Amino acid sequence: MASGIPRISPSSSIPFYRDTRIIAVLVQIVFAIAVMAGCWVLYQNMIAGLARANLLPTFDFLNVPASFPIAESVIPYDPSMSYWQAFVVGLLNTARVALIGIVLATILGIILGIFRLSSNWLLSNVAMAYVEIIRNVPLLLQLIFWFYLTKMFPRVQESIAIGDAVFLHNRGVTLAWPEPTASFASWIWWLVGALLVAVAIYTVRQIQFRRRDRPGVAIPYAILGWMVIAGVGYVLTTILTGTAPAVLVFPELQRFNFIGGATVTASFAALVVGLVIYTAVYIGEIVRSGILAVSKGQREAARALGLTQGQALRLVIFPQALRIMIPPMTSQYLNLTKNSSLAVAIAYPDLFYIANTINNQTGQAVPVIVMLMVSYLSASLFTSLLMNWYNRRIQLVER
Amino acid sequence: MVTDGATARIPGPDIQRMVTWVRANLFSTWYNAVITIVLMYVLISALVGLAGWVAQAQGWPAAFTNMKLILAWTYPNDQIWRPQIAVLFVAALLGLSAGVWRGVVQLVAIGAALTAGILAVPAIGLPEFAGMVGLPSWLALATSVALLLLGIPIGRRAGGWLRWVLIVAWITAYPIVILIVRGGIGLPVVETKLWGGLMLTLLLAISGIVLSFPIGVALALGRRSRLPIIRIFCVAYIELIRGVPLVTVLYMGSLLLPLFLPGGESVDQFVRAMVAVTLFSAAYLAENVRGGLQALPAGQTEAARALGLNVVQTTFLITLPQALRAIVPLLVGQSIGLFKDTSLVVIVGLIDLLGAAQNVVGQPDWLGTPGGVWRETFLVIAALYWIFSFTMSRVSKRIEDSFAKSRH
Repeated sequence: MASGIPRISPSSSIPFYRDTRIIAVLVQIVFAIAVMAGCWVLYQNMIAGLARANLLPTFDFLNVPASFPIAESVIPYDPSMSYWQAFVVGLLNTARVALIGIVLATILGIILGIFRLSSNWLLSNVAMAYVEIIRNVPLLLQLIFWFYLTKMFPRVQESIAIGDAVFLHNRGVTLAWPEPTASFASWIWWLVGALLVAVAIYTVRQIQFRRRDRPGVAIPYAILGWMVIAGVGYVLTTILTGTAPAVLVFPELQRFNFIGGATVTASFAALVVGLVIYTAVYIGEIVRSGILAVSKGQREAARALGLTQGQALRLVIFPQALRIMIPPMTSQYLNLTKNSSLAVAIAYPDLFYIANTINNQTGQAVPVIVMLMVSYLSASLFTSLLMNWYNRRIQLVER
Repeated sequence: MVTDGATARIPGPDIQRMVTWVRANLFSTWYNAVITIVLMYVLISALVGLAGWVAQAQGWPAAFTNMKLILAWTYPNDQIWRPQIAVLFVAALLGLSAGVWRGVVQLVAIGAALTAGILAVPAIGLPEFAGMVGLPSWLALATSVALLLLGIPIGRRAGGWLRWVLIVAWITAYPIVILIVRGGIGLPVVETKLWGGLMLTLLLAISGIVLSFPIGVALALGRRSRLPIIRIFCVAYIELIRGVPLVTVLYMGSLLLPLFLPGGESVDQFVRAMVAVTLFSAAYLAENVRGGLQALPAGQTEAARALGLNVVQTTFLITLPQALRAIVPLLVGQSIGLFKDTSLVVIVGLIDLLGAAQNVVGQPDWLGTPGGVWRETFLVIAALYWIFSFTMSRVSKRIEDSFAKSRH
């Protein structure tokens, strides 16, 4: 930039306090000292305060028995286990609600986005009304609403049945659930084989796309292949052994409880329903604007080249829309995970709820908060890394 | 909407036009016809069911007899005129500013007038609060609508001096509002313990936005700085806050803030929540401002530097004003988000709009009501939240459209 312009050497005539390079270094040093001094003062205050309360922060409490019950857990847990194990239970409960929530919210969101683009005036406006109502009411209020609703459910014996598959009662929600039978073992081999075939299909398609220099997404073919092999295997296993390898077990009401099916607690059901309904709105908007963002010329060019409507959508519009949709989608997934911390208001024992209980019992606020923040931050980081990796793949396919 | 344009050109009586519209938008294909009929059935039965429930529900008195708690919680009834004055003061400021600056400010003022106007209608039916000193709610709302709308022509006609008065007034508006509501200097002090309901929700959201603004701008500038230490600090702060849920930040504010400050035990819950909301909002605001700065063409900076402006002048006279103007819709969006998010302070023990509603639902008076009063009460406050967020989101949309138009 300065080449050709005669320049006075800074060392000779500009005093050091006007040299921008030296100022830059000085400013940074002052800033760093100020930040460190501020942190040090806060830290000293904290240590002094905690020492007075005889609560110096340590992580020793992690090995002490937690001695509080947790209403639901993915792994076996009882109050004699340590605080650390209780914390892990909370972590897994958050992961469970986040994963289920993400899957369901994506499905509902895509449906919603497509509805909003429908040429049917009534359908697109009903979808819009849904979006405008849900988006402008706080999530916490919605969660509490669903939670109060679950409190209205009757006793198990008088469960509200939705078809034969879903039963609502005051202990939660019982759903029909697939369960393996005696012949499941022989079907497993079909599933493994199907997976191998799917990988093979994926690789072959990928090579084909690259050789023909033609854009395309290989995953759907692989999934289709997997489903076909698994389906054939299911039918053949059923015929050969005489029993289906896995059957959908419908819950049956016995005297005091349901036999068969899967039961989730009311808190969990309310949390998932609330998070899915809320997040789907944002995902729907992302899907809608992603599809709209692919310019009309692309669609027209695809049609002009002789592609059918379906091919244009599959090969031209969707790959491009997907690329636009992935970054905002990632942040919605992270939002859902972070929002699951509102579970504390409706007594679902998630990470935050457990951490809060641990803090109440031990008074170790600082270590508990550090553990809490590290957990959420690593979840954020992990998801962003995963999504960035996927994003790069999609972009490669694109070219 | 292609179909709208097409139907506009069709000659003939209205009925024919309607038939064409219905055919094009509701029955264009066989599956669209099926969707329309099924959806109509579902929609009509849902609406009939809802109307029936609204008519026979017995819980409505809960929200209406406790409206004082929902709006202002335990703020003393004989001091209610103070928050009202604060609202009217801001309304007058906003109205006059709308006249002076027009454009975006005018859109915000009209949005605010619309919100207050919509709220004034049901407020007519509210019973008077016992021993209240102040205007009836509907009258207070109607007055603020009047101030907002009358301010526009007055501001438009006034001389340039008003501009400076308004700038000074806006800078001091936040402390003045807090002073009026909290008291001191002659006014009896109303402890923050007594604050709550909608008033607390609004105050927290406004505090969060106002106080986080300078921090957020500083963080955004720091993140774009060439100086590595400052940049790393800002990136770390922004990503740390954005990576954790608001609940954790509130929790930190409520547990760690008293530890960090000597004598911090005396910091009340409202201030703790306010600090947490501010620190949280600043990180998100910084990212918005950074987006605005990044969207500016590099020519702006280069031209400013070529004209002999230094880095500070370039930032504060050239790039920052343009960036901030461009992100006004985003800032309105963020304010809506913060307004909704303040409901989380329930978790750290403050009684905001949602907390007040939960409290009303739990009152023993309603034990006899079959099914409880939670549906009616939550619906009322959902409507309150909704009116605020929806009108502001419309304002944001309008501002965006006006920007898009001015760019052509």
